[in-house]
Amino acid sequence: MDIAAPPKESLAAWAHRRLFSTWFDRIVTLVFGAGVAWVLWQVLGWAFLGAVWSAPNSDACAGASGACWAVIEARGRLILFGLYPAEEHWRSALACLAVMLTMGLSCWPLFWHVKRLAALWVAGFGLFLVLMRGGVAGLAPVTAEQWGGLSLTLFIFCGVVVAGMPMAVGLALARRSKLPVVRGCAGGLIDVVRSLPLLTLLFTAAVVVPLMVPGWLQGDKLVRVVLAYALFFACYQAEILRAGLQSVHDGQGEAAAALGLSPAQRVFLIELPQAFRNTLPSTINQVVITFKETSIVTIIGFFEVMASGNAALGSGDWGRAFIEVYVFLGLVYFVFVFGLSRYGAWLEARMRRGQRH
Amino acid sequence: MPRFASFRTRAGFTIQVGLLLVIALVLAGLVLTARENILGQGMATGFGFLDRSTGWPVNVSVIELSARSSYARVLLAGLLNTLVVGALALVLATLLGTVLGLMRVSGNLILEIIGTTYVEIFRNVPMILQAFFWYAVFTHLPSPRQAITFADAVVLSNRGLVLPAPEFSATDLGVLALAALAGVAARVLAARRGLRAGRWLALGWLVLAAVLLWAGRAPGVPMLSVPELQGLRIAGGLTLKPEFSALLVGLSLFGAAYIGEIVRGGLLSVEPGKLEAGRALGLTPGQVNRFIRLPLALRAMLPALSNQYIWLMKATTVGIAIGYPDFFAVVSTAINQSGQTLELLAILMLGFLAVNYTLGFALNRLNERLKLKGRS
Repeated sequence: MDIAAPPKESLAAWAHRRLFSTWFDRIVTLVFGAGVAWVLWQVLGWAFLGAVWSAPNSDACAGASGACWAVIEARGRLILFGLYPAEEHWRSALACLAVMLTMGLSCWPLFWHVKRLAALWVAGFGLFLVLMRGGVAGLAPVTAEQWGGLSLTLFIFCGVVVAGMPMAVGLALARRSKLPVVRGCAGGLIDVVRSLPLLTLLFTAAVVVPLMVPGWLQGDKLVRVVLAYALFFACYQAEILRAGLQSVHDGQGEAAAALGLSPAQRVFLIELPQAFRNTLPSTINQVVITFKETSIVTIIGFFEVMASGNAALGSGDWGRAFIEVYVFLGLVYFVFVFGLSRYGAWLEARMRRGQRH
Repeated sequence: MPRFASFRTRAGFTIQVGLLLVIALVLAGLVLTARENILGQGMATGFGFLDRSTGWPVNVSVIELSARSSYARVLLAGLLNTLVVGALALVLATLLGTVLGLMRVSGNLILEIIGTTYVEIFRNVPMILQAFFWYAVFTHLPSPRQAITFADAVVLSNRGLVLPAPEFSATDLGVLALAALAGVAARVLAARRGLRAGRWLALGWLVLAAVLLWAGRAPGVPMLSVPELQGLRIAGGLTLKPEFSALLVGLSLFGAAYIGEIVRGGLLSVEPGKLEAGRALGLTPGQVNRFIRLPLALRAMLPALSNQYIWLMKATTVGIAIGYPDFFAVVSTAINQSGQTLELLAILMLGFLAVNYTLGFALNRLNERLKLKGRS
């Protein structure tokens, strides 16, 4: 039986319903509408009309009524590249682009295949490392202590997700193991890590591990911190995957067994792909949180984009332009985080469309 | 014992014993190396250092502290600092988050736009950046001489936020506590007997206590200590230092964005049919909200809210970045000063586990109590 679609609402009727339908609505719309207009006008005046876009030093901003964007012109390179040698900034910028392109491409369904994804990331991350470290193809070597700014943020983020994802799969499978000792150990580790703040874990990796591990095993401080963060990510992601594995119908595994697949094939070819698919929205959410929280490493002494932003304020006379610098930093994070979460929303809509058929 | 059936198969047995052995070996290796390193550097081990005095100051504390306080007391102060800022942020974030959630489901376009914009801005910028921002705002405020005052009672300057505070002696507090106890008892007793006057009885006790306090006061001693400018500083009132204020504001605004989303989800999860049923029974829109929508939404929200509250407690650790001596910051300074790395790390982790497990346990109990019984 066909049901006639409801009559289409006109724009005016829609606006009336959403803005002026009751007395209360009318008052709220007028009062808050005026408030919003005032705030918008103030922001417009501050950020654009009264702003100083370019100035040799901060004195030029003292008399201005608006924002002092000149600080970004003067200190932008420090914020984006940190302590990376000035004449090699193009390498840091290219490395950022390479890894951003890799991230962008792996969002494309064409690359959603284990082999393609692996090849893409080996290529993208390899290019990033070659550009950042140098020492080959005539590029001057740059040690990891000099890395900084946005490229360090992106390195930590990608390192955490790339190293953490396999760990998460391992932990999720271990937590669902039939062997009680394996299950108990994985469960205990996941629960303890999840109730600790990320900072305590990173601090342990940076400061305490050198005390507890023989010298030949210590590795670089950056690598230790990325691995500790990856473990933290993995413990959250493992719980997401566990929920995903639970949501895969028992019949799927049984069908695979009836077809003669080995238990490993059953897990990796039948159950895990479905678990990943079912939990994509939560996974993206976890990745978004991971990106935001990379800013925590600034506390344990890394010079990523948050720390270099603070350094831009501390050095010289731009200290008064703190709002401008923090707004700029906020925009940098916002672009990545908002982009990722919009992508997550798009994926969710795409999946719902798939389920309807 | 069917649970341990897998111990009987040989492969399962080998794997599990092997895993335990590897874990034991790794732990033993870590501890032995640490011991060797610590003894090699001539550092002490054990928990004896807790009684020693620290020799360094802590700039914000709810309990009395000096440079001569013991490590144990300073660690306790840090833990209390974490709890105070976490608990206050939790309350403020919940209030603001509820308002945001209501705005986003109100149906009014302007309110929805405001709510959505707020959530997107505050949720998509890292917490630590917001803490730095508010700290910079608080430290760039005018000096006490040019302080911003609201209604002659609240003073905002680069030394922090000064609020009027009640001046209560220990006796006064005792009277108030007794009155509150009596009020609660009156309510419970009245409710047991099916009387509806419990609320008024409880209020009566509090009013009586207030009158007693007022009458028993020495003349000339004000009930409230109001901040005022004295020379170059502000005297009286309760001072919230810039570090504390900035962290509190940052945590509350950031947490509110998430809680707003939880509240919105909870309100939207209530089936429209139940609301329509309420209206069909003749309830007013207000009654529908109060007796049907809110109770059901609260139940749907509680698990997500619990996670958010635990997250908020953990997020207090960014305080170290702006100089707020929370538990983590105090432990980290103590490690630098005393070198008792492993002991202090153990205290740090146990402290956070205790706080988060207690909070999680309490919220789970609440969830069990409130959950709809039987099928939902």
